[in-house]
Amino acid sequence: MAKLFAITIFVIAIVSAIPILRHTWWMPEDISTHGAPIDEQMSETMAEAGISFLASQLILGFFIWKFSNPRPGDKIKSFPGGAKAMVWAAILLVGTEVLALGVFGVKAWANVYFTPPSPNSMPVQVQAGQFAFYFRYPGADGKFGPTHVDMISEANQNFYGIDIDHDSDSKDDIVTAEMAVPVNHQIHLLMHSKDVGHSFFVPELRIHQDFVPGMDLSVHFTATKVGRYEIVCTQLCGLGHYNMKAYLSVLSQEDFDAWLKKEAALQ
Amino acid sequence: MHDTSAHAHAAQHSAPTSFIRKHVFSLDHKVIGKQYYGLALVAVFVGMVLSWLMRIHLGWTNFAIPGLHLLTKNGAPGDMMTPEFYLQLMTMHATIMVFFVLTTAPFAAFGNYFLPIQVGAEDMPFPHFNMMSFWVTFTAFLVLMASFFVGDGPTLGGWTQYAPLSAVGQVGGPGEGSGVVLWALAIAIFCVGQLLGSLNFITTTLDMRTRGMSLWRLPLSAWSWFITSCMGLTAFAVLMPACILLILDHVAGTSFFVPANTVINDQLQPHSGGSTLLWQHLFWFFGHPEVYIAIVPGMGIVSHVLITNMRKPMLSHRVLIYAMGALAVLSYMVYGHHMFVSGMNPISSLAFSFPTLIITIPATIVVLIWLGSLYGAKLRINSASLFALGFISMFISGGISGFFLAQPSTDIMLHATYFVVGHFHLVMGVAAMFGIFAGTYFWFPKMYGRMMDEKLGKIHFWFSFVGAYAIFMPFHYLGLAGNVRRYQAFAPEYMQHLIPLHKFITIAALVTGAAQLVFLYNLFISRFKGEPAPDNPWQATSLEWSTPTTPPPHNNFGDKLPVVYHDPYQYGVESSTGDYVMQTSPEKASADDEA
Repeated sequence: MAKLFAITIFVIAIVSAIPILRHTWWMPEDISTHGAPIDEQMSETMAEAGISFLASQLILGFFIWKFSNPRPGDKIKSFPGGAKAMVWAAILLVGTEVLALGVFGVKAWANVYFTPPSPNSMPVQVQAGQFAFYFRYPGADGKFGPTHVDMISEANQNFYGIDIDHDSDSKDDIVTAEMAVPVNHQIHLLMHSKDVGHSFFVPELRIHQDFVPGMDLSVHFTATKVGRYEIVCTQLCGLGHYNMKAYLSVLSQEDFDAWLKKEAALQ
Repeated sequence: MHDTSAHAHAAQHSAPTSFIRKHVFSLDHKVIGKQYYGLALVAVFVGMVLSWLMRIHLGWTNFAIPGLHLLTKNGAPGDMMTPEFYLQLMTMHATIMVFFVLTTAPFAAFGNYFLPIQVGAEDMPFPHFNMMSFWVTFTAFLVLMASFFVGDGPTLGGWTQYAPLSAVGQVGGPGEGSGVVLWALAIAIFCVGQLLGSLNFITTTLDMRTRGMSLWRLPLSAWSWFITSCMGLTAFAVLMPACILLILDHVAGTSFFVPANTVINDQLQPHSGGSTLLWQHLFWFFGHPEVYIAIVPGMGIVSHVLITNMRKPMLSHRVLIYAMGALAVLSYMVYGHHMFVSGMNPISSLAFSFPTLIITIPATIVVLIWLGSLYGAKLRINSASLFALGFISMFISGGISGFFLAQPSTDIMLHATYFVVGHFHLVMGVAAMFGIFAGTYFWFPKMYGRMMDEKLGKIHFWFSFVGAYAIFMPFHYLGLAGNVRRYQAFAPEYMQHLIPLHKFITIAALVTGAAQLVFLYNLFISRFKGEPAPDNPWQATSLEWSTPTTPPPHNNFGDKLPVVYHDPYQYGVESSTGDYVMQTSPEKASADDEA
């Protein structure tokens, strides 16, 4: 039975690794300027994790195979290096490697969070609420008008609580249910939740950020490939959570200008 | 040497005679341990059935599960699961499993039964507190279950109960009113039980040891319960007030967790001044140590079971204890890795990332000590040792996927996906369950005086081992592909290409779950018809195998407390009994033995 167990461990370890090596199920293609170091970090972590996983499972299986079913008269033996070897192996092999990974990973993180948005970036607001995202573009004046929470009304389609009648900055604001951005142009996404916690996750963009009620957060990104991508909520926000999504269209500059013009006409 | 005779007397209480005092409101730590085990057994089957329902729904969303409407007032019209009912089942599955199974069985059940015996005491120092700890925990379970029948059912907010969804009340959705209040009440009550239990465990370890039982002579299982109780005392002491604050937000008009300007259903909520991140900090300050509260007792139990079945001690007793202690201390410094993309300051994310990476070192030391100790062993293969070895395999697999989640940059892609679900199910759920199974097959003979059926035990193991991998390894693939967790369906076209993998997981879950019925059958059949167990069926050394009868008498050791002469694991020696010397035997075990 010990040998069967050892073989089972071998088979499970190898079969588990195959889809990873073949990328059968893998991250979607990166369409951002900041995503490459994240992908690199993922691959390096996968290599290290994969080696650790396979090595430790194979050693476990091998020892079970070799040291079970002792014959009468067999004597127990001690591992040559003793516990000290294990402690050093843990510190040197695993500890330093994992810490090195962590140090390199700082760069990928810093790329997303420690670089200020470019002065030329295009601001877009996103407001999350149960169970939809709404986006706001500042219009020709480049300014977002103030919002009034007491005026928020789904029934009146005033999702942001904008007072067009009194706030001049709001007059040309464009509110949409779908997000569109020009390709290769940095977007400064200003995030706000009107009710509970939500999240903004676009795997292709390598962007994942929670909305925190009571806090205005922002992220910035540049999309590099024209296409249509899903924006999903990953923070459990109530019964409609599974259905809370929007689409991100990455368009050429001309198509984007046309789209914005069309949306402005619908306001 | 530690003289504990004065303390030991404090715990004495005469054997009860009435049925109620013997089996219901018992002061005997052994009965209380079995009560905890019974509660965990009921809870684990409830939790498993809930997971079956969720898995069926995820694989075949439009399938009407016959009889589902009986479980809920509005959640399953025509036996079709509504989105809110899915989330309610999910929340209850996790809450039941984390609190009433993974905390209750390895720590409270086995710890209660065996810690006093392994230290050589007649009972715990505060038997009334001990009795209260179980009944408080039982009450907490009833309160949680009651939420199925009150108002519009249990909360749907997940076991993490993130605010402000959990704090705004009924307006947040079904179950977010009375369901959340009952959830928070149940968990606050549960915390009281754990605090009382932890106090008893700590005092038992420090003050109730018998003559000759120095701290270093405690078995690894006893050490793991001691370390866990130290974690429990601090972690549950934070969760309890957090739950009370959450209840106050519901019933007293406070706003600890809801900020101003919250608009739900076009209504401005009457709240201001609260912080949503405050809840996350409080919850995870408990939540991450909780992972170790669930797994460290498993490490101790598995080490204890393996040593007996390897017929040799671990490479180093002390290094294992130091490593478990390091895990406990570091577990408080890593909790922020649950919050990398929460909106917490990004520098804080890095500050939490490095301790999380450093915790790999003690965890690796533990694994390498286990592997190194297997070298040159005379390994016996039985149900207990199979589950112990299975624990190691699961702990490795689940632990390694932690590499990804410890780094903020890779967490961007994996946060809140099935990768996380696969990770914690393997390392905290399945591994801890394997620890519970190893402990059950190992200690059942002592607890009930009968052996468990080995053949059934092995069938149980094979299905559980292969099945757990078949379920939880694909979770990692789903997560890598971007499949978000806590979705009741993939609509309209989201993640459709992953549905076949979900179906495979569902089938694996149903088969693996069914195999747990073999375990249940084995427990009951062995309890009444198992082979009578000798006092020391595994030729083991620690004090639980030195009791004058099996199961042990009311005061554990009869008229006289044992005297300890040895370190706990004198195996692989030549002695009058064979290849081991019991802790209570004055016989010299080896040249460096201090007896």
